Amino acid sequence: MELTYVDFGLKPLPDQLVIALAGNPNTGKSTVFNALTGLKQHTGNWPGKTVLRAEGSFIHRNNKILLVDLPGTYSLLATSADEQVARDFICLGRPNATVVVTDATCLERNLNLVLQVMEITPKVVVCVNLMDEAKRRKIRVDVDTLSRELGVPCIPTTARDGVGLDKLKDAILDVATGVTVTSPRRVTYEPYIKQAATQLEARIRPFLPKWVNHYWIALRLLEGDSSIIKAIWSRLEDDSVRAVIKEGTAAWAR
Amino acid sequence: MSVSIVPLSQLPNGGSGRVASLTAQGLIRRHLLDLGLVTGSWVEAIRRSPAGDPAAFNIRGAIIALRNEDANQILISID
Amino acid sequence: MGTLNSSLSSLLSNLAQEINPKETQEIRDSIVGSIYSCAEAIAEKVAHHELERRSELDQKIDNVVTSRLLGIPIMLALLGAILWITITGANYPSEMLAVGLFWLEDQITKLFIMINAPAWLHGVLVLGMYRGLAWVVSVMLPPMAIFFPLFTLLEDLGYLPRVAFNLDRYFKKACAHGKQALTMCMGFGCNAAGVISCRIIESPRERLIAILTNNFVPCNGRFPTLITLSMIFLGGTVATSYSTAAATASVVGLVLVGVGITLLISWLLSKTVLKGVPSFFTLELPPYRKPQVGRILVRSLLDRTIFVLMRAVVVAAPAGAITWILANIFIGDLSILAHLAGWLDPFGRLLGMDGIILMAFILGLPANEIVLPIMIMSYVSAGAILELDSLNALRTLLIDNGWTWLTALSMMLFSLLHYPCGTTLLTIYKETKSMKWTVFSALMPLAVAIIVTLLVAQTAFLLGLV
Ligand SMILES: Nc1nc2c(ncn2[C@@H]2O[C@H](COP(=O)(O)OP(=O)(O)OP(=O)(O)O)[C@@H](O)[C@H]2O)c(=O)[nH]1
Ligand SMILES: [Mg+2]
Repeated sequence: MELTYVDFGLKPLPDQLVIALAGNPNTGKSTVFNALTGLKQHTGNWPGKTVLRAEGSFIHRNNKILLVDLPGTYSLLATSADEQVARDFICLGRPNATVVVTDATCLERNLNLVLQVMEITPKVVVCVNLMDEAKRRKIRVDVDTLSRELGVPCIPTTARDGVGLDKLKDAILDVATGVTVTSPRRVTYEPYIKQAATQLEARIRPFLPKWVNHYWIALRLLEGDSSIIKAIWSRLEDDSVRAVIKEGTAAWAR
Repeated sequence: MSVSIVPLSQLPNGGSGRVASLTAQGLIRRHLLDLGLVTGSWVEAIRRSPAGDPAAFNIRGAIIALRNEDANQILISID
Repeated sequence: MGTLNSSLSSLLSNLAQEINPKETQEIRDSIVGSIYSCAEAIAEKVAHHELERRSELDQKIDNVVTSRLLGIPIMLALLGAILWITITGANYPSEMLAVGLFWLEDQITKLFIMINAPAWLHGVLVLGMYRGLAWVVSVMLPPMAIFFPLFTLLEDLGYLPRVAFNLDRYFKKACAHGKQALTMCMGFGCNAAGVISCRIIESPRERLIAILTNNFVPCNGRFPTLITLSMIFLGGTVATSYSTAAATASVVGLVLVGVGITLLISWLLSKTVLKGVPSFFTLELPPYRKPQVGRILVRSLLDRTIFVLMRAVVVAAPAGAITWILANIFIGDLSILAHLAGWLDPFGRLLGMDGIILMAFILGLPANEIVLPIMIMSYVSAGAILELDSLNALRTLLIDNGWTWLTALSMMLFSLLHYPCGTTLLTIYKETKSMKWTVFSALMPLAVAIIVTLLVAQTAFLLGLV
């Protein structure tokens, strides 16, 4: 019951690892993308430069990797179309790993997105970009502590000058192939929300494929956003998936 | 020491305060939250555009411009 | 498409009843709040600020470039500076290229004579295709290859969001989105790219407005036309510092006309077919970044050159061939081209132009950069001037064909306002997925162009200015 990438218009080779590149706008995603793939996506110093998804491939330590440059978003709570695209891809495109490119000079607002991505998938690498700018502005970022706090590998980079990219590639590969096992930091919600979400989780479980995070979806439903369920269902092209879920539904109805 | 509540749009340049509440509803509210304007966050008015509207604010380390009618829906407490 | 399973949809609707909207709002507030406080806590442990976060220099720059007094003048000055450098810088390479390419034409012609090639073949291939190419490369390429990298520098510096910040008020008055200014900036490079960039505007209504009006910023394919014509008719015959300044001022003026029309049409659309109020607007002003000057110059110079050369081969060469054929197949004692031009002429005159110019605009639909070359070729094929390797020669050619300053002004206005090129139309169709809006996006600007040139020309005639 593999869900393919076909409905995202992405056709990776069978032995290719798919890596998504997410992040706030203007943090250097396209610059990282270019540096890793050798392609020449347009970059520019304003939020919103990339509006079309770009794909490119590279080989690292004999592994073929397909990198997908997603539009920049502040959040994944699906308020805008871009956010929905990014969220759907990270959640339903099931990339082997997701790299979140962050701005070292503005960590707080970037971590907001990182935490949200980690709720959807544990396979996350954080790229702490723009380290040169942080240094110039006398902001010291303790990346090791950050890795420990987040529970996922965090790699400092200056993508524009190609600094830190080898380590980034290593980290991506290790997370994608399961060599590095992550333990993402969880956000603690207010007890009443936690409780409501746990209850709801049990109710929606039968309708959903196993590989999506049911707790996360329950939270979305609680805050009045059912678009993710609709997105999942519209993508369940595969009959076998549908069959499995039907079975679950029947069991639940009994 | 008195705390006063004003809409964000009335914060003078250089003035700062913390978000007390949002009066915006629906989509705009969600957008504002996503930008980091949750209750208690610190905001500073940075500058006005040549026509006075929009104005730019420091919201969690990023400079973000908002139009008056949107900034009106954010209540700020200053002390 | 998977339809929502019925028991699932009943679960969802049950849920909608169980939790009322007020509660969902509270839950959302709380969820976002929790995520941010977690982020805050981590950031506090990890990032150590020794100074104020915002760079002092950034503040100082912004104090000037967004100031009440200087904000807008600086924008105009920067545009003027870029155009001035473009005009000054393009002159010399343009002439070099023209001399070189027309020398090559002579050599190729000799070759054709040597191998006894038939005259029509020489006509189609050399006088048509090659000349079309040569004109695009010599007249259009240099300005494009200079303008674009300079603009990219501003983009990389981080100046464009400031432009949007300064102009948002006007877009708000037009019931449009402030980020439309950013899409217009992209339109300077290429309207097709401008149309795609409209995706940064969230609201469908405002996005459509931005798409439909993007054409009113002159793209790179039209700038050289505007520059050349204003050099010839406002600047005088030789490039002096005075003529460059005059040409710069007139092109800046045209851009302003384009912006004005954009705002006016946006407003009109908002009041008629695209009714609505302005939606939510946020714009991040990123820190200024030192552009990688060398890399940008080389990259975008190469990019542009390759782009223009590709378009020249794909579009200008065939268009050149077609123009030559039209000019050399005779029906009665007039060529097809002369018939068409004659037929369009009365209408062209009404708008202050002539039949040949209008025909060039029609044949130029696939790409704006071939309009001027097609027009020149059409004039040349009617007369027989051969050496066209300087602005001066071009001026003589145009004046011999009855041009006045009004002809130049009308053509510049028409070029600024008329329909977008074929590639852009295709892009508009892809972005809107609507034939109706695509057709509208061609006809609406055309109507605007006709109305404006008609008004200008008739006023000039009435006042006896020409
Ligand atoms: N100083 C410095 N600048 C960088 C670095 N990485 C990227 N930049 C610059 O930051 C700006 C934004 O980079 P992009 O790669 O376009 O950012 P993005 O995340 O793709 O942006 P969107 O597509 O708008 O979301 C560009 O001007 C880059 O040149 C870096 O490591 N150091
Ligand atoms: Mg990008």
